[in-house]
Amino acid sequence: MTNTQDLTWIDAALTSARPQAVGALLRYFRDLDTAEEAFQEACLRALQKWPVNGPPRDPAAWLIMVGRNFALDEARRKNKQQELPDDDVISNLDDAEAPLAERLDNSQYRDDVLRLLFICCHPELPNTQQIALALRIVSGLTVKEIARAFLVSEAAMEQRITRAKRVVSNADVPFEAPGAPERAERLATVASMIYLVFNEGYSASGGDVHVRVPLCEEAIRLSKLLLRLFPAEGEIMGLTALLLLQHARAPARLDANNNIVLLEEQNRSLWDQNMIGEGLALVDKALRQRRVGPYQVQAAIAALHAQAKRPEDTDWKQIDQLYAVLESLTASPVVTLNRAVAVSKVEGPEAALAMIEPLAARLGGYFHFFGVRGGLLMQLGRADEAREAFDRAIALANTPAEAAHIRMHLDRLQKDGATAPRHRPTSVG
Amino acid sequence: MGQTPLPLSIRTKGSRMLYAIICYHSEAVVNAWSKEKDDAVMAHHQEVLGKIAAKGKLGPTARLMPTTTATTVRPGRQQLTVLDGPFAETKEQLLGFFIIDCESLEEAIEYAKQLVVDEGVMEVRPVMVSNTGVLNFGSAVR
Repeated sequence: MTNTQDLTWIDAALTSARPQAVGALLRYFRDLDTAEEAFQEACLRALQKWPVNGPPRDPAAWLIMVGRNFALDEARRKNKQQELPDDDVISNLDDAEAPLAERLDNSQYRDDVLRLLFICCHPELPNTQQIALALRIVSGLTVKEIARAFLVSEAAMEQRITRAKRVVSNADVPFEAPGAPERAERLATVASMIYLVFNEGYSASGGDVHVRVPLCEEAIRLSKLLLRLFPAEGEIMGLTALLLLQHARAPARLDANNNIVLLEEQNRSLWDQNMIGEGLALVDKALRQRRVGPYQVQAAIAALHAQAKRPEDTDWKQIDQLYAVLESLTASPVVTLNRAVAVSKVEGPEAALAMIEPLAARLGGYFHFFGVRGGLLMQLGRADEAREAFDRAIALANTPAEAAHIRMHLDRLQKDGATAPRHRPTSVG
Repeated sequence: MGQTPLPLSIRTKGSRMLYAIICYHSEAVVNAWSKEKDDAVMAHHQEVLGKIAAKGKLGPTARLMPTTTATTVRPGRQQLTVLDGPFAETKEQLLGFFIIDCESLEEAIEYAKQLVVDEGVMEVRPVMVSNTGVLNFGSAVR
């Protein structure tokens, strides 16, 4: 029920309307600063009007209309070419809201939101700046919140975002409705940016905190937003499913001391079954289309892990096959490294080790390469080589949790001495 | 590409999911059906559902009364308002649903195809949380 005292419903409405509203204002004014300022002003007016009048039928349309009028007035004021309109005309929007809302072109909304996400993916911007910009512009997180997520000072983040905005506003952004090929290209670019946001939260690239849940949640929100706009896109289904299935494990991925808990050692009763169910349902839908893509395959792999009641129930054979498909789609040494973990389960550590040896040159600076290699060597009882690999891994660890996890392996090696080979899980949860 | 084809289902053996098959049709059309036609449709549904029930996979099903019997509770400016009529004026109306335990989306779609009558539309949608409640669902009017 609408409570006039409690304004959290307005917050929620403003947040959910933001991508659509800012996207439409950007199309209208073709300038990011103007669009953001207009949206801010519209939000202020919503905070005054909505508690009294109740929520408008279509909050996004209301915000676009009010923001657009404000920005037009501002432009006129600056140009001094026209008289200022009577304030009553501006504040009297409520009566005119319904017919105005209908005049807004609904068909452009999805391309508006896509464009807004797309401009954040400017190729000149490093990944972290793309993420920061998307969180600021599309999600509407405050600079303070983003700074906290990246563990940098507010001033530094402010500077970073300002710089990123400058790059974006100097770029050529096509404002015409995109054709099918451009739309597909934008979707792919935006999907990988959303995946970056998620990964930054799932496995932080630095700092003390290994998992940053708010970034994961925001990525899921953006991915679902995209899926609502493009409900038949198999890869967006795949991406959303992948994020849900990965994030479902969040409650089990770290122990009470913030140490990494391996997938095989996680308390599976902590996995979020609702998220898993939604992820599985989306994988089912995507696979029906028979149009294979990397997100769908990764989601299918995650789906197989999610359904295993115990680690030994995991369908490693199918996971190995799916990784083979993924290799043929993306041919990345990291994919081969992941496949090697599945191969070690199906064919044993020797076959897996042979598979990753050729990757050494390309993955020589990659933490997980040495983690997996050390694990395989340990299973083969080659303790000295395993120790060497683990030492390299520690040197390359991105977070204290990663380093601590490898140290745990080293301790085990120490304890076991050079005893018989033992089966230890190698994949990182 | 000559690669291993993707599996049609990644469901592991014994995995299951509840699906709601939700029936939408123009109420004006359905109301204009003769009793014979209506009986025939119901008999058809019973036949399909009987087979699903025989496999032990049928959950609750319901046919709703006409939307003219509906009352809608809606948050208003100051308080809740209670309005006569359905949630929204739409071309098709939600007329009923079937809950079925399926091994795959494929299976659920197969049942939906069997249940479709004339121009009626069936939406297949997985169930997130379910609770069978305490009612005996058998007879609606008591």
